[in-house]
Amino acid sequence: MDAVLEVVVNGERARTRARTLAELLIELGYGDAKVATARNGDFVPLRKRDTVELSGGDTIEIVSPRQGG
Amino acid sequence: MMTDTMINTKPGAVRPAAARDGLAVYGTELASRLFLGTAQYPSPQMLEHAVKAAGAGVVTVSVRREGARDKGGQRFWDLIAGLGVRVLPNTAGCRTVREAIATAEMARELFDTDWVKLEVIANDDTLQPDLFGLVEAAGILVREGFKVFPYTTEDLGAAERLLAAGCELLMPWGAPIGTGRGLANPYALRTLRNYFPGVPLVVDAGMGAPSHAAQAMEMGFDAVLLNTAVAKAGDPVAMAEAFGAAIRAGRTAFLAGIMEVRDMAAPSTPVAGTPFFDLK
Repeated sequence: MDAVLEVVVNGERARTRARTLAELLIELGYGDAKVATARNGDFVPLRKRDTVELSGGDTIEIVSPRQGG
Repeated sequence: MMTDTMINTKPGAVRPAAARDGLAVYGTELASRLFLGTAQYPSPQMLEHAVKAAGAGVVTVSVRREGARDKGGQRFWDLIAGLGVRVLPNTAGCRTVREAIATAEMARELFDTDWVKLEVIANDDTLQPDLFGLVEAAGILVREGFKVFPYTTEDLGAAERLLAAGCELLMPWGAPIGTGRGLANPYALRTLRNYFPGVPLVVDAGMGAPSHAAQAMEMGFDAVLLNTAVAKAGDPVAMAEAFGAAIRAGRTAFLAGIMEVRDMAAPSTPVAGTPFFDLK
């Protein structure tokens, strides 16, 4: 049984059994949403999400296109 | 008299150079000298109509946190993709070099463009650029292959450092973001314009009325970037059209050559032949 990790996603605490960033996105329900990601302040490209392993305390950003000036 | 701002279309006819007056940035010819922000509109439909009414050549966008179920990002992306204009993602809200770099990288993946409007903000009250962080971030992003549009001040030293870092254009502020004050320091902006005659300069932020944008263009700036003045107008679509017209008018006036200011009056009506002239 996979360990439960506590991480912070978009500023909010979350508990997850996901091992990678790709698994976390699926677990949280993002599916194939048009999002970009960062872990602990560094950009994680789409192609690397399934190789980036999560650690307890990681801070994850999940962003999408928005209005801007 | 023919000048280099006029071209012959057929014998005996000339038309203003404005008719063929394109702006190239990073090798891309833009259809318009108006860069329009996409935030704060009353509705997505209003935004779409405003972009079209303005004839904007570039629209600015951002990246923000997405909830798992809101799908707002996809909807916004579909709207922007349908506009058929160049997209310029920003790093608005970033306060450190590290935040700006990561935000730019996320934006590049989401919007599939290497263009980035680089903002590194120094102060919450003025939203003025952190010039030290800006120069540092610009150098890193240029090395990563970005085409950087730096949001800066009129500071000549910072401008030189940004160009040395690989920026091919500069975006000095008109006034602090969202203030609507127009050109707060026209003297410094004119100095910047004169100091870098060959560098594309886009006045970014602080516009309130179309006359502010026209003033920037009359001074020889290459384009204007604005958002709030259109989005928060009573009628954003009409205001977008007004800014588009003002920017075209200002550009045409600059090319036409604006007269020198004089201290003394000079009659425009011929003095010779004035009735009763010899009765004094």
